[in-house]
Amino acid sequence: MSEEQKQNGAGPAEGETKAEAAPEGAKAQVPPAKTEGAPQSGEAPQAPPQPAEAPQQPAAPQPGVEPKQTSGAAPQPAAETQTAAGASQPAAQQPAAAEKRPLTDEEKEARRQAALAARAAKLAAQGGAAAGAAAGAAAGGRAAARGAAAAGGEGSEEPPKPSPNQPKLDRAVQLLKELVAEDAVEEASLNPFNDDMPTLVIRGEHWPKAAETLRDHPEFGFRYLRNVAGVDHETHMEVVYHLLNMDSGDTYCVKVRTNRDNPSVPSVVSVWKTADWQEREIYDLLGIAFPGHPDLRRIMLPDDWVGHPLRKDYVPLDPEV
Amino acid sequence: MIRTEELLLNVGPQHPSTHGVLRVVVKLDGEIITHVEPVIGYLHRGTEKLAESLNYTQIIPYTDRMDYLSAMTNNYVLCYAVEKMMGIEVPERAEFLRLIVMELQRIASHLVWWGTYLLDIGALSPFLFAFNDRERILQLFNELCGARLTYNYMRVGGVKWDAPEGWIDKVKAFVKDMKSRLDEYHNLVSGNEIFLARVKGIGAYDAETAIQYGLSGANLRCTGVKWDLRKNEPYCIYDRFDFDIPVGQNGDCYDRYYVRTEEIRQSLRILEQALEQFPPEGETMGKVPRAIRPPAGEVYVRIESPRGEIGCYIVSKGKAEPYRLKFRRPSFVNLQILPKLLVGESMTNLVTILGGIDIVLGEVDC
Repeated sequence: MSEEQKQNGAGPAEGETKAEAAPEGAKAQVPPAKTEGAPQSGEAPQAPPQPAEAPQQPAAPQPGVEPKQTSGAAPQPAAETQTAAGASQPAAQQPAAAEKRPLTDEEKEARRQAALAARAAKLAAQGGAAAGAAAGAAAGGRAAARGAAAAGGEGSEEPPKPSPNQPKLDRAVQLLKELVAEDAVEEASLNPFNDDMPTLVIRGEHWPKAAETLRDHPEFGFRYLRNVAGVDHETHMEVVYHLLNMDSGDTYCVKVRTNRDNPSVPSVVSVWKTADWQEREIYDLLGIAFPGHPDLRRIMLPDDWVGHPLRKDYVPLDPEV
Repeated sequence: MIRTEELLLNVGPQHPSTHGVLRVVVKLDGEIITHVEPVIGYLHRGTEKLAESLNYTQIIPYTDRMDYLSAMTNNYVLCYAVEKMMGIEVPERAEFLRLIVMELQRIASHLVWWGTYLLDIGALSPFLFAFNDRERILQLFNELCGARLTYNYMRVGGVKWDAPEGWIDKVKAFVKDMKSRLDEYHNLVSGNEIFLARVKGIGAYDAETAIQYGLSGANLRCTGVKWDLRKNEPYCIYDRFDFDIPVGQNGDCYDRYYVRTEEIRQSLRILEQALEQFPPEGETMGKVPRAIRPPAGEVYVRIESPRGEIGCYIVSKGKAEPYRLKFRRPSFVNLQILPKLLVGESMTNLVTILGGIDIVLGEVDC
């Protein structure tokens, strides 16, 4: 997992951070914050604080109860804030964090103030400098702002409650590991914006088998594929599937990541027929290939169109200009 | 000896029964369809790409133009997604207004479908009846927000305009009239022998197929699957009202017809209750920050549009514009089943089956 993290996130990303779901206890917690999407490249200095964080983690190994709170795609920093504070970690990282924040935070002033407010709230609530430090160190001001949002959202004193979806997520990870492959699941988390929707990142090479398992295994039973979306995260591409079990009403989100230069995700048309046109649309607009698709052609744009418009680096080609 | 050969026929893109710019390339053996290839994209405007450089309020009018027969539900799904990410509370009165316009929209959309579907099959007068009644809904919308089709009515956190004085009473009067009109519709068409001969048993599929193809809305419920997001995953304030989910049994064109007409009745039921409980006063906009910037993260929300599950998937990086915005359009997904239904049918049934799916091309192509 941590290897994947290095490959994928490459450190300097300032994009959204993702919560780890702690599928296998403390090990899962080691990567502090999965970074994905690095829209801005001049942020290399952010890399150092992340490793510095790692030792902090084992101090609070609470695999099952890892808090998945409200704060968006960045529950991780907030989680850390609380776990670290709970374990009353020394504020070793504080200076580094304080220095880093101005560097990384190229966002608006308001965001920074939110971060400050978060820190103040944490300090007041938990009486530890560690909290502020952790919040700051987590991923720069952005994360702290997130923490502020979380704190503001449900009151900073409220202890993090494990989501009712947490056991489902743990079980899903366990099943996929047993039935598909040991390394099938790259990441697992709950999406706090989406009623804690379990979100799994599955390795591309295992995706067809995992898809069949998700559809056919009685504990999953995701016979209905709601939506397929492709996202260009600039560091990598992602295909996002939303699955539905109509009997239990469960909706899971499954993502498959692929590189950007030669993007390719195995097709699941043989598992869910509805993926057919949706994969074609993604192929058309993002250029992600779906090996195994019966008829992979452009669907929206003319066949002789140059480029894939939904890519972030798309430049329209107009021969008449 | 008679020489026979395969006939290649282009239906559309400009053809009245394709309800927009859909092109269907069919190969015929005599009158029997042997191969079908829907060609789409004629109305592709790149809404999702455009949205990446617009802020959320600016995107709302673009959603009007996706499913232009159901702009209100499109408005709602976008606002709902943003509200969900930002944790914005929508005031009671705004929720009621939203629900009322969405249900009126469902009726208007089903009326267009009902009229044009029968027109496709060859019955001219139902079209005039349906458009007459739909006109009343458009007038109501016009009075509410100054537009007949592309309303741009909802905002993140509420609605743009409060109901003008007397508007609620007008809606009440409409609901009352529409109930008896619906009975007239049934008298006029539903038992007609010619009509039944054209739709009974045509284009049938079972529940398993519908789920495999990801069908939603009436296309799914006609097979007996009781799945309506207003009930199964309630949004807005639908959980406060009593209504049933009409389902079919045979999954054929008649059952789709039945489900849609019954849905009009259920919408009227919801409207009656909502109009009764409509709060006499209150805010129509919630507390919304000046700059709408959902925090970094992602969300997928889905609601029941007249055509099925319309979904909105937002990836935000904390900016005022979405990093990626994807709409799950029910028409696009539902249309995929067309080749499967048509192969082996006679050419006359092409229009019946295509019309039965109820697509809007603005949404197919997005």
